[in-house]
Amino acid sequence: MKLIDDANQQALARILEGEPRLIDIVPARELMPGLKDRMILHAGPPITWDKMCGPMRGAVAGAIVFERWAPDLKAAAELAASGGIEFHPNHHFGAVGPMTGMTTVSMPLFVVENARFGNRAYCAINEGLGKVMRFGGNDESVLKRLAWLRDVFGPTLGKAIRACGGIELKSIIARGLAMGDEMHQRNLACSSIFLREIAPTLARTATDNAILADCLAFIGQNDQFFLNIAMAMGKAMTDPAKGIRGSTIVTAMCRNGTDFGIRVSGLGDQWFTAPVEMPEGLYFAGYSEKDANPDMGDSAIVETIGLGGFAMAAAPAVAGFIGAGAPSAAGDFTRAMGEITIAQNPEWTIAALDFAGVPTGIDVRLVVDTGMAPVINTGIAHREPGIGQVGAGIVKAPLACFQQAVRAIAGDLGVS
Amino acid sequence: MPDQEKQPYQSLLTGKVKVVNVGLEGFVKDLRDCDIDVVHLDWAPSAGGDPQMAALLAKLGV
Amino acid sequence: MFVLHEIRKGFYLDSVALMRLSREVAAALGIIEAALMMGTPSNAAIMRNAGLLDEGTEVRGNDLVLAVKAETEAAARAALDDAIRALDKPKAQGDGSAAAWRPHSIAAAVKAHPDINLALISVPGDFAAAEARKALNRGLHVLMFSDNVSIADELSLKQQAREAGLLMMGPDCGTAVIGGAPLAFANKLRRGRIGIIGASGTGTQEVSCLISEAGAGISHAIGVGGRDLKKEIGGITTLMAIDAFDSDPDTDHVVLISKPPHPDVAKVVIERIARSPKSYTVCFIGATEMKLPSNARFSPTLKGAAELALGGKTIGAGFDATAQVSRFPGRKWQSRIEGLFAGGTLCAEAQVILGASGRKVVSNAAIPGVPKLNGTQDDQRDRLIDLGDDEYTRGRPHPMIDPSVRDDALRAALINQDIAVILLDLVLGYGAHADPATHLTEIVASRGKNAPALIASVVGTEADPQTRSAQIRKLEQAGIIVAPSNAQACELAAAIANNAAR
Repeated sequence: MKLIDDANQQALARILEGEPRLIDIVPARELMPGLKDRMILHAGPPITWDKMCGPMRGAVAGAIVFERWAPDLKAAAELAASGGIEFHPNHHFGAVGPMTGMTTVSMPLFVVENARFGNRAYCAINEGLGKVMRFGGNDESVLKRLAWLRDVFGPTLGKAIRACGGIELKSIIARGLAMGDEMHQRNLACSSIFLREIAPTLARTATDNAILADCLAFIGQNDQFFLNIAMAMGKAMTDPAKGIRGSTIVTAMCRNGTDFGIRVSGLGDQWFTAPVEMPEGLYFAGYSEKDANPDMGDSAIVETIGLGGFAMAAAPAVAGFIGAGAPSAAGDFTRAMGEITIAQNPEWTIAALDFAGVPTGIDVRLVVDTGMAPVINTGIAHREPGIGQVGAGIVKAPLACFQQAVRAIAGDLGVS
Repeated sequence: MPDQEKQPYQSLLTGKVKVVNVGLEGFVKDLRDCDIDVVHLDWAPSAGGDPQMAALLAKLGV
Repeated sequence: MFVLHEIRKGFYLDSVALMRLSREVAAALGIIEAALMMGTPSNAAIMRNAGLLDEGTEVRGNDLVLAVKAETEAAARAALDDAIRALDKPKAQGDGSAAAWRPHSIAAAVKAHPDINLALISVPGDFAAAEARKALNRGLHVLMFSDNVSIADELSLKQQAREAGLLMMGPDCGTAVIGGAPLAFANKLRRGRIGIIGASGTGTQEVSCLISEAGAGISHAIGVGGRDLKKEIGGITTLMAIDAFDSDPDTDHVVLISKPPHPDVAKVVIERIARSPKSYTVCFIGATEMKLPSNARFSPTLKGAAELALGGKTIGAGFDATAQVSRFPGRKWQSRIEGLFAGGTLCAEAQVILGASGRKVVSNAAIPGVPKLNGTQDDQRDRLIDLGDDEYTRGRPHPMIDPSVRDDALRAALINQDIAVILLDLVLGYGAHADPATHLTEIVASRGKNAPALIASVVGTEADPQTRSAQIRKLEQAGIIVAPSNAQACELAAAIANNAAR
């Protein structure tokens, strides 16, 4: 249908023409006028306390104590359960967050600006691996680390980013793809490139050698550091594609541990939700499916722009790691995602596929027609809060979200 | 004979047939045994076999 | 009696894979009936009517439905579990290297291989039209083997194809040979300067094989589908094929094969032939002699059409029918002929030949002038059954792929005291059964000495994978008489049956 195809070309252009730059790190309250005390932003589509999974509840309690809205975790849980906390999706405030995705007023957030369209998107700093709030961790060590990010790391890195005029992000992605990253389960190359680019300015602008060393170590020891920057970049690139009437292109995919939500360009901010599916993958020693938490996180924003599971061909090692099959078959995932997208991104190419661009522009019509749901490379959290990652695998977006979206677009266009 | 634009059916008769096989896998080997290029689809009904959704998608231009 | 079913959502298997699995399930101990089908609306209706699926259970076209009717619950459960285990068995692992990636849609296939120019479509009828439209939208010609497609869809597709200069061959078209390349059910033919325009497949196969075996050759055989010459369709693909052969430098003569068209359509086609620079043989099976332009001649039979195309050469001249007849003394109570055909056009030709031999015939795929078979009326008439007709192929593979449809009818005929002669066609070539002669001889091996005479013809060439002469030898060793053409097989059958009646 010409109206839809033209709208989709417009949406695609908005995505591909983006010029995302990391320009600052700023506390959430200064970025989001609407974000107040006793408000918590979470990953995924809207959800209430009673429906939250274990890790999400653990993270909420931890965030409440972190912001001193309650004296301890028990009181925090009671406060949340009694309706004393307002919950909103990160997406509603211009942000994204991995796994539980907690965002509260004093947390320092990466600021990515899309210079082409002037919009901005935010994401908290990646805490590292193990016992962390994004996996529901909420004990002393977690809160202490968050405080250090708020008081030391955030301001220090932010100063360096401002001093060097910001960091252009698309070229880091392009190089990362050539080095085995897919920017969801594997960010080692991008994290390393980022550290290489910021280290000199960090060294120049840091006031204290010990702090400088701690900051360099914090980045250097976290293979997934760049994930959160990539996520903010993803949202900064897709937000300008929102609201093009008649367009069936997906602008967001996210999960809250209970529901999976998507947004479609032609229908603006409307959510289409369905229960999340369970990831299928490989588990670390000592863990199995019975320990797994349902799928969670705003990180599916990277698949929304053609990375992660969509770029699996660039990361054959990941295919084996997440149990998606033989590394030699990694290309099949990217080829499959090519059947549900309308274009390839000419700036982000995959050598193993003779420099085909990553499949971009998920069309809900194609998803429903082929029955092939977007494939997301994901970490698997323990269903008990605070234990951390227990495995990695692939999870499919539920077809129901896309079926609902097709019907809604049809209704909006008067097609029955 | 006036210079006409070549019709697609003329190209088919004079050129090489290259096939996409939509359905029974049994045809594929026979075609390949005759040196015919064939791509076999991993086919499944449109929209998971839901006739209303398939019809709606067709109207939406899929 | 106990009925049990299981539904696998989103689990698609093609009809041949389903057939194999059904056979295994049906053969299990204590099983009365089994159906493994995709849950399309038509299949769901079939299963509900058979009492294998209750009205309340909802199924979709992408769901695999396994249903069994058994003597006991235990038998049903065991058979179902075996079937599910067979489904879940992991596919044989390859050598670990990336298996050829398979696209899921025509769009993806064409994107990856832009030089694709033809879509061969054999998905269930409920979905075939949509796939053909996708193919035409991308500038592909279509060969559609699928049947049970609505005539409205056929018209719409052929109109779209005509607009774009594309050949829409089908629905219900099993045969095409383009540039020597056999497509779907087709034979390895000698290349030459005779073109064929054929509705349905086996008429095209018989004529092309007879011509090839006689030493001449085929340039192209274009299929048009069984309904192309009906009034509703108006011969769209036939007319395009005539255009195509007009501009083909490698074709001198064209044979047009069809069941008798609607008179209005026949008129249009014949007028178009009159304007063609090529010479034509017009074969409308069972039609009476008609007025043709000077560049065309008529035959009501496939054999006659092949002989005209060959310039008057006689086919199968060495076959001594009379000698065969004398081998079969009459038994008064056996009087009629039972024809069990996989090829629809061969069944039609049989009706013509037997009618011309003074026989009274009835058929489920009756040509004009022949009564349509319903139930078991009139045991005196010869019954000629087209086992590939829509009523037999709903939800199951065509008899040319799955001989079991005919096996049952054949076994019944072998012990039927009213039958003097059983007529059979064996179709060779690509797409067909790997060894139909052996399969057939196994079925008839244990027949009694008073069983009906078996007469067969073998449609195929020496170059076909099954090798025509080897197949004929196997049949003859089993005591089956093999005629050089379907027409001669029918003539012989008539002669034996008439002799028996005396």
